Amino acid sequence: MADMHAEHTALAHQFEDLAQQHDADTLGIWLFLVTEIMFFGGLFAAYAIFRWLYYAAFEGGSHILDIRLGAINTVVLLASSLTMALSVRSAQIGNRRALVLFLILTMILGGVFLGLKAYEYNQKFVEHIVPSLDWAPDGEALARLTPGGLDHAQLYFFFYFAMTGLHALHMIIGLGLLLWLVLRARKGSFTPSYFAPVEVVGLYWHFVDIVWIFLFPLLYLIGGRY
Amino acid sequence: MSQQIVPLKTYVLVFVSLIGLTLLTTAVAFVDLGAFNTVAALVIAFCKMLLVIFFFMHLRHSGGLVRVVLLAGFFWLALLIGLTMSDYRTRMWTPAPDAWSSTAPPTHP
Repeated sequence: MADMHAEHTALAHQFEDLAQQHDADTLGIWLFLVTEIMFFGGLFAAYAIFRWLYYAAFEGGSHILDIRLGAINTVVLLASSLTMALSVRSAQIGNRRALVLFLILTMILGGVFLGLKAYEYNQKFVEHIVPSLDWAPDGEALARLTPGGLDHAQLYFFFYFAMTGLHALHMIIGLGLLLWLVLRARKGSFTPSYFAPVEVVGLYWHFVDIVWIFLFPLLYLIGGRY
Repeated sequence: MSQQIVPLKTYVLVFVSLIGLTLLTTAVAFVDLGAFNTVAALVIAFCKMLLVIFFFMHLRHSGGLVRVVLLAGFFWLALLIGLTMSDYRTRMWTPAPDAWSSTAPPTHP
């Protein structure tokens, strides 16, 4: 009976049934994600231009980044995408306990990603390679950045912080949405016929994962590491 | 409901492939392939994206409308990057008249 009640309140009055509502919800988030592609696309296009113009500087900047941390974070984020997909699946089969568990696991993995990212950001301050705020590369960083020109290297780090920062902001918003899902899931708001919010947040989370899938090679792997 | 319940095994296999591709792209970065390092990194990233879109994001089971929306997004992104780069990369094909030189864009190093 509780399920029937949940389904009754879940259906907005403008829809015929939950299936139609689910299709509309999914289409809506896909439309939003397309605008997000263009949002990040502007940064990727600008990156493409300046990487081509100042390739040596971008290569030097890329080689200062810790490739291990980048790769580990990629694995962590991919794992969070798996647990997110399993959250949706748990909702589909009506397993509330598994749903809550996988949502919390996704949040933990997202938190680990942001923690590692914060550590990396901190390293940039330690090495004085934060553009504008703390730009005074010395030692090995200076040696790696000098061939491409320090000003152009600073531009690379502007891109690094803008792209990973915008990505991290999306992660933080995603964590907020996941928390909202956990609270609703615990109350039993989702049923096998009504779980559109889980699906929609899941699509958003996977999109953020895809952005990182491109950021990792574009920022960390420029020109190879041999 | 139109939602298909994907077997657990499929999700795990997709995840394992994604991890494998991540290790591959990291390993390839340590091999000197010249310009193909970039090509390889982007091709691998593209494959990973397809895996996530088709399996985790359920595009495999999505209707035509969702597919059209996504294709339109990629088409617009291709226009954005393609046309911008075709401008920048052809600017030096014809030398700018001397009178313009103070405002000429930087040429490729």
